[in-house]
Amino acid sequence: MPKVSMTVNGELVSKMVEGRTLLVDFLRDTLKLTGTHIGCDTSQCGACVVHMDGSAVKSCTTLALACQGAEIMTIEGLADGETLHPMQTAFNDHHGLQCGYCTPGMIMTAVDMVKRLGVPDEETIRAELEGNICRCTGYHNIVKAIAAGAEAMNKSNG
Amino acid sequence: MYDFNFHRPKSLRKAAAILAENEEAKLIAGGQTLLPTMKQRLAAPSDVVDLSAISGLSGIELKGRKLQIGAMTKHYDVATSQVVREALPALADLAGMIGDPAVRNRGTIGGSVANNDPAADYPAACLALNATIVTNKRRMTADEFFTGLFDTALEEGEIITKVIFPLPKRAAYAKFRNPASRYAMAGVFVSKRGREVRVAVTGAGSDGVFRLTQAEEMLSKRFSEKALKDLTVDPDGLVGDIHGSAEYRANLVAVMTRRAVAAA
Ligand SMILES: Cc1cc2nc3c(=O)[nH]c(=O)nc-3n(C[C@H](O)[C@H](O)[C@H](O)COP(=O)(O)OP(=O)(O)OC[C@H]3O[C@@H](n4cnc5c(N)ncnc54)[C@H](O)[C@@H]3O)c2cc1C
Ligand code: FES
Ligand code: FES
Repeated sequence: MPKVSMTVNGELVSKMVEGRTLLVDFLRDTLKLTGTHIGCDTSQCGACVVHMDGSAVKSCTTLALACQGAEIMTIEGLADGETLHPMQTAFNDHHGLQCGYCTPGMIMTAVDMVKRLGVPDEETIRAELEGNICRCTGYHNIVKAIAAGAEAMNKSNG
Repeated sequence: MYDFNFHRPKSLRKAAAILAENEEAKLIAGGQTLLPTMKQRLAAPSDVVDLSAISGLSGIELKGRKLQIGAMTKHYDVATSQVVREALPALADLAGMIGDPAVRNRGTIGGSVANNDPAADYPAACLALNATIVTNKRRMTADEFFTGLFDTALEEGEIITKVIFPLPKRAAYAKFRNPASRYAMAGVFVSKRGREVRVAVTGAGSDGVFRLTQAEEMLSKRFSEKALKDLTVDPDGLVGDIHGSAEYRANLVAVMTRRAVAAA
């Protein structure tokens, strides 16, 4: 089996994997980082979104071996110790989740969106959520949470 | 997905050599089409050759009146490139309409063109602009390159290195998305360069991307929405499926053609 090395949430990891191992399986099964979810496994739902070298990707549609040398950030890497990331706080405050299954992917997508677009308006947020499916919330509170999280992130950046 | 040997060569020559040695090998770019296909076991390559470590395959460059885009350039980079926005805004718009943000962060122009999905967006731009597809072996015009449903003139072991778009005077892309998959139900790219008008349609043809010569003739007389007032599209040869009948798509193609001309 070939070996892959990458940085996950700031820590360098090196492991043996099969060619076909997907990034999401590497994170969940090998590293036991089960915050990243598998919803559809067909590239549709966005539950598996993580950041690869700073941009949002679907980890169910990325090979672990293609991440050789990459920096990966998962939902587990977002909080600063006990202090939640402003986007996590916003999802909590605005009731942006019900069962929570889609939430890690929603939050990783939201953080990526804000990094690229600053404080997006409602229409932009809805368009940017094209690749993230939620079966529970009807999206309204997710959109509100992202708008609030965007404000908070931009404030904390000065 | 069945297991395979994974390769990540640093040069085109090495990539071509691996393809030549392994008959069942396949290239992977962004993987946004290949991996879903392999999961469904519609493809089961013995070897997968990742193009991402080869330098010089991605990037955007304006050379005179030609826009050159490396095969490994991601949809996101085309959509947001200042150079593309200024030189060929219709292409930036098109790239920004592909899939969703995470797909655009991985998917590449080379992968999209090589795959020639009948509902993919880039083939319409290539055909309407008569782009040149450059490979490690030769150059082909879009007219020569797209040969049918999921079919291209690419030979075994041939690797796309870049796509070159001659800059049009006017161009626009109008896409009617399937609301669930976000692929085109009908996408029409129109362009005018000198006297030549080209109209290419994706998402609707049962044989893949095609040129709507009838609209081209109408528009070469006068490039305006008015010139299309008698345009009706024949449903014969169009896709009819659970998402819409051939007649419905024929109407969509006419409407999208008018919208694209109005926006160009
Ligand atoms: C949820 C979702 C929605 C999508 N929506 C759209 C959409 O609306 N419009 C659209 O156009 N597309 C859409 N796509 C497809 C997406 O654009 C893909 O990225 C693209 O079709 C393939 O590019 P890739 O880089 O991912 O190629 P890969 O999946 O890596 O490869 C695709 C094929 O091309 C071959 N190949 C790749 N690179 C080269 C090369 N340089 N030379 C020769 N052969 C090569 C591979 O061997 C493979 O057969 C969507 C995909 C997903 C998952
Ligand atoms: S699990 Fe990856 S997109 Fe649904
Ligand atoms: S909160 Fe249940 S899927 Fe979104």
